[in-house]
Amino acid sequence: MVTHLVRLRFRLLFNGLSRSPWQAVAVILGTVYALFLLFLAIVGLFSLSFAPTEVGRTVSILGGAVLVLGWTVLPLLSSGIDETVEPSKLATFPIPLNTLVLALAVSGLLGVPGIVTTLVTFATGLLWWQTPLIAVVAVVCGLIGAVTCIVGSRMLAALTARMSSGRRAREAKTVFVLIPLMLLGPAILGISSLFREFSDIFPTIANVVAWTPMGAIWAVPGDLALGNFGQAVIHFVIGIATLIGATFVWRWALDRALEQPAHSTASSGAKHGLGFFGVFPGTPSGAIAARALTYWIRDPRYAQSLISIPLVPALVFFYSGASGDLTGLLFVGPVVAVLLGMSIYTDVSYDNTAFSLHLQTGVSGRDDRWGRVLGVSVFAIPTTIILVLAGVWVSDSWERLPGLLGIALGLLLTGMALSSLVSGRFAFSVPAPGDNPFKSRPGGGFTLMLSMFASWTALAVLALPEMILALLGFATDQPILGWLALAMGIGLGSGLLLIGVRWGGKILDERGAELLVQLQRQK
Amino acid sequence: MPDLTPLVPALEIRGLTKRFGDKLAVNSVDLVVPAGSFFGLVGPNGAGKTTTLSMATGLLRPDSGTIAVHGVDVWTHLVESKRRIGVLSDGIRLFDRLTGLQLVTYAGLLNGMERSIVAERAADLLELFDLEVASGTLVVDYSAGMTKKIALACALIHAPEVLVLDEPFESVDPVSGANIRDILHGFVESGGTVIVSSHAMDLVQRMCDHVAVIADGRVLASGTTVEVRGASTLEDRFVELVGGRRHGKGPEWLRIS
Repeated sequence: MVTHLVRLRFRLLFNGLSRSPWQAVAVILGTVYALFLLFLAIVGLFSLSFAPTEVGRTVSILGGAVLVLGWTVLPLLSSGIDETVEPSKLATFPIPLNTLVLALAVSGLLGVPGIVTTLVTFATGLLWWQTPLIAVVAVVCGLIGAVTCIVGSRMLAALTARMSSGRRAREAKTVFVLIPLMLLGPAILGISSLFREFSDIFPTIANVVAWTPMGAIWAVPGDLALGNFGQAVIHFVIGIATLIGATFVWRWALDRALEQPAHSTASSGAKHGLGFFGVFPGTPSGAIAARALTYWIRDPRYAQSLISIPLVPALVFFYSGASGDLTGLLFVGPVVAVLLGMSIYTDVSYDNTAFSLHLQTGVSGRDDRWGRVLGVSVFAIPTTIILVLAGVWVSDSWERLPGLLGIALGLLLTGMALSSLVSGRFAFSVPAPGDNPFKSRPGGGFTLMLSMFASWTALAVLALPEMILALLGFATDQPILGWLALAMGIGLGSGLLLIGVRWGGKILDERGAELLVQLQRQK
Repeated sequence: MPDLTPLVPALEIRGLTKRFGDKLAVNSVDLVVPAGSFFGLVGPNGAGKTTTLSMATGLLRPDSGTIAVHGVDVWTHLVESKRRIGVLSDGIRLFDRLTGLQLVTYAGLLNGMERSIVAERAADLLELFDLEVASGTLVVDYSAGMTKKIALACALIHAPEVLVLDEPFESVDPVSGANIRDILHGFVESGGTVIVSSHAMDLVQRMCDHVAVIADGRVLASGTTVEVRGASTLEDRFVELVGGRRHGKGPEWLRIS
């Protein structure tokens, strides 16, 4: 049964890949990247074996703890979540719970991230190669740690599946879970900058972490190397207890999830009237703008990108503000402008097959493009201007206002132009409507990332004129250059937007049916 | 409603072919749907019904063949022909984060209609489909039958001449189904044309005056319902044409006693 389920996992993966060669390429590239990371880890661990024992112990404890924490928390955030074998889909089969737990653990371990993690933990043996006995212990403990990683991630997935039944509750939670998770980045940055300044506290921290469930198992080989046999035994017991405890919690949550599969409950709270449809002009593009804006508010997949916007100032503040220099906040406006401009990049992919309504009604591609741009502009343009003003005000550099505004508006308009062009041509693998916004298909995120990277490069090139003008103005203190940058940003940006919308609209008019086929494949 | 000369068919398909990879989904299909008819398209799963209808409504590009709606070639005059067709597709999503009223309004505005006309018709349609109470509820929270009805309302708002409905009665409760049939009959009596695909043979036999049987991407029979079914029922005739009927009661181990 276990081998059967594990085989099912791979069958599903390969069948999924054979449907789309590009996804296969993306998975292969992802694997190469993972192997590269593995190589770095091996080289690093081997070279550390020549350092003092204390250093090796500290690194393995902290690294291991971060690994466990990352495995447990990140699946909610990134593509790590592997739902190729979804427990809820297996609910109808009479599979003993323990078999299911074992099968899911093994299939998790056999994914690319699982294999790389396991190999890295094996590689901790290299740290102690000079004393083979400890190296063997390290490999064993590493395997326990790797399994803990998998079980931890499965545990949290099962727990959250349990938590979130009912569409409203589920959507609210995914959005609220997001905020602390996104702040985790700045928090880690802050902690690591502390480390940089006080590197001598590393061992102290490691000693504390070694007593936590996440770090204990990784401390065992180091303890042995230092001759603290008693500590080694206690750490080992904590590590094993963690694994057993997590397995039990997971088993319990899985049991509950299988007994009460998540189902959407109808919510009350009817809305009256037309909402934005009464506000925007009664034209096709006005209707599309109203629909887009409604989705920005009601669809968690859009809310996800909205939430990241206030986090940009927070992040920048964390980076630069700590040192008391607030000029870094000047970057906030342009960065948010890029994010907002590219936010409609996957708009049609988010529509999924609902997009066929646009095709059925024969709405022109240009109206479609304008509507989406208009919908996002309503809040994107004011937000960008306010953030630039705020940045200038806080850092008290009003002389940079026109240039900065030119850059930000130029980037926003150019970003929307590129999005309009690309989203009418390509369907990306994104979470379907109603799915967890964090869910992604194997390789799907990678294809999107590749094309995003290309588009960001294009954006940087297309926005060069206003950026050069503004930066020259900043360097030479010539206010006229700033004003020229503003004019250039608005003028060139608007021109590019016009081209993007027309070109994208033309593509959509010609290839709408083909796009729908692509979207259906994503379904 | 413009003057429809009965000589020009509502939908005329000639030599329509579509291939997905190795599979010939639609194999040189010829189909004539007379104007003012209630036309049933029946066939087993995977027969090519949805594919044919998608191509006829301008949502899927054919490999070859021509499709004309009231004499207008669909794929050379996409927008004009789409104005004349109302489509209910099976198995596609709706913009379900909108309320029922918003979704119907959206469909109307996308058709380029005046806001005041859209508002009037949207109210009429919601009343017609008994969705007034649910007009402020998000479509994502609708039941399957209500979702079908709101999709049908979206297909009707621009007053099309030809209605193309893919599985319109699936998961619709009997009362709503009967109401929808009345609406469709009224539409046909006023000169409109309805094309439905369905698995329910009884329903098609009672409801449609014309029928085509399609299997493996080919039209096996086409004509008035009486012509196609002859002396037997449509279901028997269908099984006879398509084949694949098994006789017997299943394997021994599946018999409880």
